[in-house]
Amino acid sequence: MSLTPFKSRDFKSHPAFIHPAYTSTVLRGQTRPLVAIKPSLSELTGPVYGHDAVGELDHDLTKNSIVDGPPIGERIVVTGRVLDEDGRPQPDTLLEIWQANACGRYVHEADQHEAPLDGNFLGAGRCVTDADGRYRFYTIKPGAYPWPNHANAWRPNHIHFSLFGASFATRLVTQMYFPGDPLLDLDPIYKSSPPGYRELMVSQFSLDDTEEGFALGYNFDLILRGRNATPMEN
Amino acid sequence: MALKQTPSQTVGPYFAYGLTPGQYGYPFRELVANNLVAADTEGARIRIEGCVYDGAGDKVPDAMIEIWQADAQGRYAHPADPRSSNSSFKGFGRFGTGTDPDNRFIFETIKPGSIDGAQAPHISVIVMMRGLLTHTFTRIYFSDEAEANQADPVLNSVEESRRPTLIATADGAVYRFDIHMQGDQETVFFDV
Ligand SMILES: [Fe+2]
Repeated sequence: MSLTPFKSRDFKSHPAFIHPAYTSTVLRGQTRPLVAIKPSLSELTGPVYGHDAVGELDHDLTKNSIVDGPPIGERIVVTGRVLDEDGRPQPDTLLEIWQANACGRYVHEADQHEAPLDGNFLGAGRCVTDADGRYRFYTIKPGAYPWPNHANAWRPNHIHFSLFGASFATRLVTQMYFPGDPLLDLDPIYKSSPPGYRELMVSQFSLDDTEEGFALGYNFDLILRGRNATPMEN
Repeated sequence: MALKQTPSQTVGPYFAYGLTPGQYGYPFRELVANNLVAADTEGARIRIEGCVYDGAGDKVPDAMIEIWQADAQGRYAHPADPRSSNSSFKGFGRFGTGTDPDNRFIFETIKPGSIDGAQAPHISVIVMMRGLLTHTFTRIYFSDEAEANQADPVLNSVEESRRPTLIATADGAVYRFDIHMQGDQETVFFDV
């Protein structure tokens, strides 16, 4: 049979494994050249999670963990499309997200930031893209939080995104940022991707996606690897 | 139309409640766990376990490992595989290193078959952690498949001295596979 491999990961866009300004990379990033692999079914297939995999409220973080009332914070709609480099929509792709609450606090024992937890907000969600590659989440705008990377270090507001695309090879884990955040220029994680690429991680305010009287809209497209022009014989 | 690929970012220290909520005890339904085996799954039950080590030789307590594999007949549960697995075996697992007292990742699965008769049985692996900005890909091969490993085109494309980093060591049905991010024993990572 013939299979069409993917264009390679673009290491102009993706951060280097060692990025000293983000200190944890120094001992955790791999150091030797990657070994090229001829793609086979192992790389061109990947986990499949369809629309039946996600629950009715999984995409609505303002509702999926309510105990006794709505969560505190600014409600937002985050929507966009998953496309490949050639602009092809990526349908039926699982997106998983997690984020801090409005105060910049994660529900996690490793998070010792002295900011309140919100008993009505977990901060985890997921959904599957539709036929046009579109997804939509409802959530609370996450707060900034301090971290120990350097003196007075704060992460900009962000939402973590995890997705697969068409195969194991197209896997992407990234973070969505917000426009106009003054912390972006100070953040070594955001700045680990060079200018001209890092801006792809900044969502755009969208009046079209803003729901009147309810929630501000932010647009965030995710671009995965495209396919090579020529199929290969397997 | 040529768009640019969205940059990768680290999974960070707080992935657990988004990606592995059941394992870490969060009140959110778990979609993917570390037990890939159902009652009707055909094949030899195996366990894979190991640790992730950083450049100082310390165990990483906040890594997340994902595995992707074929069933015992070498078939992937994915539309691109025309042999389309007829079992309920999905072939995908996920585990964080933060809940085991020894910071191991542990998978309960089956030994995969060869996918094409040419490649030795193997499992594809993705490694993520705080401090890793772009995930890495590696493979798990099996020490009790010496003959198939010798003929495997991917293993043969790797410098001989580094091949052992890709081979899990069998102790009965338990295979040990450690991942070293740096140093003399640095695991081979692939440009997938
Ligand atoms: Fe974060």
